[in-house]
Amino acid sequence: MAEITLVEAITLALAHEMKQDKDVVVLGEDIGANGGVFRATDGLLETYGPERVLDTPLAEAMIAGLSIGMAAQGMKPVAEFQFEGFIYPAMNQICNHAARIRNRTRGRLSCPAVFRAPWGGGIHAPEHHSDSPEALFAHTPGLRVVIPSSPARAYGLLLASIRDPDPVIFFEPKRIYRLVKQNVEDNGEALPLDRAFVLSEGDDLTLVTWGALVHECSAIVNAYHKQGVNIELIDLATISPIDFDTIAESVAKTGRCVIVQEAPQTCSVGSEIAACLAEQCLTDLEAPVVRVSGYDTVMPFLKLEKSYLPSVDRIKASIDEVLEYA
Amino acid sequence: MKKKVAEFDIEYYQFLDETGKPLSDDLPDFATDVELLTDMYRRMVLYRAFDKKAVVLQRTGKMGTYAPTMGQEAIGTGFGLLLEKEDVYVPYYRDYPAMFCHGVKLEEIYHYWGGDERGCDYQGPKEDFPISVPIATQCLHAAGIATAIKLRKQKRMVAVSIGEGGTSEGEFYEAVNVAGAWQLPLVFFINNNQWAISVPASAQTGAETFAQKGLASGLPCIQVDGNDILAVHHVSKLAFERARRGEGATVIEALTYRLCDHTTADDATRYRDTDEYNDSWKREPISRLRNYLVSLNAWNEEREIALEKEVNQEVEAAVERYLTVTPEPVEKMFEHLYETLPEAYENQVELAKIFGGKAHG
Ligand SMILES: Cc1ncc(C[n+]2csc(CCOP(=O)(O)OP(=O)(O)O)c2C)c(N)n1
Repeated sequence: MAEITLVEAITLALAHEMKQDKDVVVLGEDIGANGGVFRATDGLLETYGPERVLDTPLAEAMIAGLSIGMAAQGMKPVAEFQFEGFIYPAMNQICNHAARIRNRTRGRLSCPAVFRAPWGGGIHAPEHHSDSPEALFAHTPGLRVVIPSSPARAYGLLLASIRDPDPVIFFEPKRIYRLVKQNVEDNGEALPLDRAFVLSEGDDLTLVTWGALVHECSAIVNAYHKQGVNIELIDLATISPIDFDTIAESVAKTGRCVIVQEAPQTCSVGSEIAACLAEQCLTDLEAPVVRVSGYDTVMPFLKLEKSYLPSVDRIKASIDEVLEYA
Repeated sequence: MKKKVAEFDIEYYQFLDETGKPLSDDLPDFATDVELLTDMYRRMVLYRAFDKKAVVLQRTGKMGTYAPTMGQEAIGTGFGLLLEKEDVYVPYYRDYPAMFCHGVKLEEIYHYWGGDERGCDYQGPKEDFPISVPIATQCLHAAGIATAIKLRKQKRMVAVSIGEGGTSEGEFYEAVNVAGAWQLPLVFFINNNQWAISVPASAQTGAETFAQKGLASGLPCIQVDGNDILAVHHVSKLAFERARRGEGATVIEALTYRLCDHTTADDATRYRDTDEYNDSWKREPISRLRNYLVSLNAWNEEREIALEKEVNQEVEAAVERYLTVTPEPVEKMFEHLYETLPEAYENQVELAKIFGGKAHG
């Protein structure tokens, strides 16, 4: 068992699945000799050759469309988009076809493809390289949306995504690609695609988040713990469909909930959770549900990027507000 | 029955060999216009100094990721000097030379890669589009601008640039198609620097040239040695004149080589052969023009030294303006979202002011 980073866990899962399932192919821009711009496919070309590791021409609608066609033939394409901002040209293919092909053929055809992309802000990247568009896909019926936040969960969730019979949008928080290392056993064990992860238990407040912010939130939870405040931290991980039961169970205990996300607030995944809480958990709630989000503006260029993303201070202020609400 | 219903040619233009020697006596008129040629030379030297400095700024933590343009200076300079003030230029991210020729300031590009939106707020060419990072999208904007110009029966024209890899995107083909269908006053420049990050040009298409991608839209298509500024300038002139006469668009493929990493975040040694890279320096555009100028007795060591000093000062002054700019306050991220910020934003702006602080590097 080796200590590996999140991006290495992605590579490990891809290699594992390519080894045990000949139908798995990876495709995308610069994923061959270059191993992907973040090296997520590093070494795969050497091991599996150019017929399983396809460096494509530069065209995202093409990458998505090819994946749909290959998937309909029973292959299992795992497509890489270089950054989440460059998945937009493929929206037509993904939303109009990948998400619908099973339903509109009443199950005759399907799309067991994975669409991967580095996701989110915080690495001082150029314009269009730092968005968090998970809600666009969560809003599209027929897709699964997954965002891992640790090497082990990246490994298990990617395996599950590749094996899933339906299209999965797999967003990888690029800010933590190399932030932490963790022991990950290459045992081929997938994690469920419909379960949130309770990372720490507590009775005082439920904190729901996903992606890179799980790390800030963990530190915050530890800090509160030292002061005798016990926060239950939930890594949503499977953004769509949402495992709302886990959240509801937690809120039944805590009565208070703060949701933290990088994405803009309006019509966000956080909004969906807040709405579910209002519908299903009103009598459990002892305080208003609060969302801490990116602002409803364009992700700024790098100089203002930090001001845009939810900061530890901003998250804490919201937690205090909800805790103090009588 | 079987007959030929259409036939096509792609012409290739080159006037100077690698060493700057004319390949024949058949040179364009401006080949003896020493004033123009020294201006081209001065600009290319300046733009390369600008470029090298940008990489240094990034490496020393004073700028974000940067896409260098080393090796491609002759393309943008060659056609950029032909853009009139009232023309519109729509660049891809690596074509600073043409942007500068059209009036963009050096520090504006530093601001852009330094992570400051003011780097898109050009003080010179007010109608030009900012750098387009989402590849090929700009081609359709250029076609739209050209449509507006055509519908209003104006005499202006539009130029747009893209990398050879970018021509694999549907939006490039869509733009070329409408430009042909509507005879738009538009010139496409494909900067074929042989590599799209790690993907070689040969892996993008089965065609012999990238220029011929315009043929299916009914456009004249030209291939040119993009490291020979005389040839670039010449074919651009032909294409611009055609556009201004209302005869429609042209696709120009300029052959060059990316004498740098894709960006400062890239390591080209992972995928590119060192011999190929070293060999490509032989065809580099700046020394080629210098040799030619020397052969015209229009350049010498003394002038070279003076020029070096001059461009360094110019670049340092731009760096100074870049580094000393007052950071924008956090509320700026809302100010230009709409012409008038909707009232619904009040809370968020307040929140950002409380927690946001000011811009950082
Ligand atoms: C739509 C889109 N997809 C992917 C990218 C990431 N990307 C940036 S540059 C590049 C390669 C471009 O190559 P080419 O068009 O040949 O131009 P060059 O960079 O070589 O000048 C890629 C894939 C992007 N910016 N936009």
